[in-house]
Amino acid sequence: MSFDHFDAVIGLEIHAQLLTESKIFCRDSTHFGAGDNENICPVCTGMPGSLPVLNRQAVEFSIKTGLALNCDIRRQSVFARKQYFYPDLPKGYQISQYDRPLCENGHVDFLVDGQMRRVSIVRAHMEEDAGKSTHHGDYSLINLNRAGIPLLEIVSGPDLRSAREAAEYARAVRNILRYLGVCDGNLEEGSLRCDVNVSVRPKGQKELGTKVEIKNINSFRFIEKAIEYEIHRQIDCVLNREAIVQETRLYDADKNRTFTMRTKEDAHDYRYFPDPDLLPLTVEEAWIERMRATLPELPLAMATRFVRDFQLPEYDAFLLTQERELADYFERTNRACGNPKAASNWVMTEVLRNLNETGKTILEVPVPAEHLGRMIRMIDTGVISGKIAKTVFGEMWTSGQEPDAIVKDKGLVQITDVASLERVIDQTLAENAANLEAYRSGKDKLFGFFVGQVMKATKGQASPEVVNELLKKKMQR
Amino acid sequence: MISQETIRHIAKLARLEVTDAEANEFAAQLSAVFDHFQEIAQLDTAGVEPMITPSEIALYLRSDQVERQETVEDLLENAPEKSGHLFKVPPVV
Amino acid sequence: MDLTEATLAEIRDAVRAKRVKAVEVVAHFQRRIETLDNQLNSFITVNPRAMEEATQIDAILASGRDPGPLAGVPIAVKDLLCTKNLATTAASNILRGFVPPYSATVVKRLQAAGAVILGKTNLDEFGMGSSNENSAFGVCRNPWALDHVPGGSSGGTAAAVAARLAPAGIGTDTGGSIRQPASFCGLVGIKPTYGRVSRFGIVSYASSLDQAGPMARTAQDCAILLETIAGHDDWDATASMRPVPSWSTDTIPSPKGMRIGVLQEALSEKIDQDTSTVLNTAISTLRQLGAEITEVSIPKLRHAVSIYYLLATSEASSNLARYDGVRYGYRSRKQTSDLESFYAATRSEGFGTEVKRRIMMGTYALSSGYYDAFYLKASQVRRQLRDEYMAAFAQCDVILSPVTTSPAFKIGARISDPLEMYLNDIFTTSANLAGLPAIAVPGGFAESGLPIGLQFTANHFDEHNLFRVATALEQALPLVKKVPHVI
Repeated sequence: MSFDHFDAVIGLEIHAQLLTESKIFCRDSTHFGAGDNENICPVCTGMPGSLPVLNRQAVEFSIKTGLALNCDIRRQSVFARKQYFYPDLPKGYQISQYDRPLCENGHVDFLVDGQMRRVSIVRAHMEEDAGKSTHHGDYSLINLNRAGIPLLEIVSGPDLRSAREAAEYARAVRNILRYLGVCDGNLEEGSLRCDVNVSVRPKGQKELGTKVEIKNINSFRFIEKAIEYEIHRQIDCVLNREAIVQETRLYDADKNRTFTMRTKEDAHDYRYFPDPDLLPLTVEEAWIERMRATLPELPLAMATRFVRDFQLPEYDAFLLTQERELADYFERTNRACGNPKAASNWVMTEVLRNLNETGKTILEVPVPAEHLGRMIRMIDTGVISGKIAKTVFGEMWTSGQEPDAIVKDKGLVQITDVASLERVIDQTLAENAANLEAYRSGKDKLFGFFVGQVMKATKGQASPEVVNELLKKKMQR
Repeated sequence: MISQETIRHIAKLARLEVTDAEANEFAAQLSAVFDHFQEIAQLDTAGVEPMITPSEIALYLRSDQVERQETVEDLLENAPEKSGHLFKVPPVV
Repeated sequence: MDLTEATLAEIRDAVRAKRVKAVEVVAHFQRRIETLDNQLNSFITVNPRAMEEATQIDAILASGRDPGPLAGVPIAVKDLLCTKNLATTAASNILRGFVPPYSATVVKRLQAAGAVILGKTNLDEFGMGSSNENSAFGVCRNPWALDHVPGGSSGGTAAAVAARLAPAGIGTDTGGSIRQPASFCGLVGIKPTYGRVSRFGIVSYASSLDQAGPMARTAQDCAILLETIAGHDDWDATASMRPVPSWSTDTIPSPKGMRIGVLQEALSEKIDQDTSTVLNTAISTLRQLGAEITEVSIPKLRHAVSIYYLLATSEASSNLARYDGVRYGYRSRKQTSDLESFYAATRSEGFGTEVKRRIMMGTYALSSGYYDAFYLKASQVRRQLRDEYMAAFAQCDVILSPVTTSPAFKIGARISDPLEMYLNDIFTTSANLAGLPAIAVPGGFAESGLPIGLQFTANHFDEHNLFRVATALEQALPLVKKVPHVI
């Protein structure tokens, strides 16, 4: 048997920090990067007598996400206490949803290399984040700023079959969260965290292999690499007749390997029970419908529409819809020029390249979409040439000016006037009589030379189409 | 009958130390107490929704607003050990 | 004015009318604490700023402003309620020296009404006990007989108010912790409907059962205090939104036409002769006053103690997990090799025996394999018990029962057998389980001279029925003249 004789079974648990102003059960700020323990209070430090009060916004963000993940929203979900001792868990329990989560039975569709895939969402439940411990040899330090930040834990079914698929699924979920504006999806800062469950089994085998959990992977690339490593490690185990231990492992990006964090033997008995400080979360139908009405168009729906309505290639549509703001930018550009393919080309090449080079995000783009659209229109109506347009775009990027003003101020309007172009062509032909002779005797390649000379003489403003036409006519004689 | 071994397991979960004498005493006491509590096992509770709290409030939510009442110093004042504005504990790994 | 024997209402009226200064009132009770509390041990901490606060009340009055409806009234507060900048111990070594940076909502409301916190009173550690013998700060004694327990867990408040070291106080009640000590010390004590009073800032024992309430010498004083501390609170999601009635002014002091159900299970339990006599006297008195006496039965009551201890200890095992020596409170100095033994050392040294026992019980009841048989089953029977009460209240307005099977017992008498101690809570725990309001009122005295209380239980949010029957009985039974011998 070899690697090809095995299937991998992969499921993901994605923890998304919700973008509320205050924490899930208390009034502290969720602001990232505050000073040590600046965002704490008696509630999230678990001081005696403090009580949790649920944040409405956190619930609404969770409902919206559940709807976007095609989940059923439970009319009555229950917060439970998950009990274990750890210094960054102030109350000795984490408030989480257990047997009655808010969202259940959903699915996510996404593209992997042009193929549509569907992954089931078993559940998405609300919970509070823990604090952070940092280790310093003979002591550790605890910062509770993060304790109590609302999390939505999105649990997929064991439906994924490859590392690549898993990473694409994670990206799809992130894009949805960002479209909804409920999570900023930053893996490096930990606002999105991913735990992966991996097992392998010989092809054709029904029962699942022993499951291994890999915790806290902080980039999409590492999700892919960690899973790849883990699949290989497990297959090696099976081939070498070693037992796979049910355990939790961590991924070391530097060494590109996973290693044991804890084994099943020290598994916890979490002693879950319903939190009597919080009443069941009752969600009326009307509330769900109100939330449904606020849902934006989601990335996959948008990409599908781009393909259908604008005849964009699937690749373009997929790329443009990675981020809602980019898709919006494209749509506004398109609205201003009425040429989707050109709009898509400009956004995907010039806009993205310039953003990349200047380290800016689409939100900081200095060229308003309407300006870009108008510039594309100027190309399409022959006011400027495509070549000049690159200059105009560069100018718009640095000065922020409108394209019309730039074209006018710099005199960049395309010359389409036949009489004036004929004058330039005549002069060019006269000055290059030898080359003209050579062309006429069969050196076709020299045609380009003449185009270049005319463009040069007009500082690139001549309309290439008109120049071509006129040159062909005059050089044949 | 609750064994000493169970008592030790429970004590571990609850993060309590028990001496042999205590384990012995707790085993006897908890056995007696839970033997008595067992009486509810014979009651028919089929289909009864558990009652978690007597509060009949439908739903109480708070608006998403930041408010500060204590300073970080107030909240660290009672810490057995701290370093700057951080709580200090024995090594956790 | 005789401040010692004055009621809270009288003191309030006198201070507001400037017949007596708030500082004189506070000084009077501080002097009494100083001279008498060494016999009782009812206070753990006295408030060093009480005089300062009284001075402010007087200044507000002098300037013509209104310091609030409890102007200058000194209040003894159970040391389970957090008080900003004043040590709060829960009578536990694990919280020795803990000074909260916040106050319980109850405390805030008392202070906003002009009351002065006199000090923090003794209790069974974390509220776990019914004798005040489980305190890291020593046993508290009953002012009616110093070798007897004052009851618990609010034993300190009961002893202090009975001995006139404070005109009134605040206790908390998880399974009888206001009513039983009130009964043992000859006081009125009310456990309000669950949710009537905010739990914010009250050190949690069992979240679904805990309620704070007043303890005083008259029903009227309890009504005044309860209407001050009750009402919704943004900091407690389980606190009721219902408006708070004006019980202190609107109570009709007659039970005429009220339907009073005598709890049948109380008659079959082994209650002692004195308690039985007191109960029968009350029944005939109420009948004479025009109440309609009926019989009610709550069959599940015989399981109340089991359900109560399963649920209370389960919740407690979780609520007390936060005491880990990391952020506040006691931390062991023992050298430990790992985190687990660090926690175990801190918690074992910090908690007393009864608290450890209950943490063990609750952890067991919630642990893998036992959850369904214990926690879940008890929660189901709890609903059945509640439903039986709901059916009973279709037939009567209040239910009458004893508070306990016998009056206060001697210190040390029951400490060796936890189960026997627990079974004593038979009449008090069910009100907490069902979330019902219940009041303990003085009913009479045993041959030994110890006070014996009676309990009335009403439907949810029907505290007015309790105040009504309590006030009527208080006026009909000539008990107030007797005072404990410490005085």
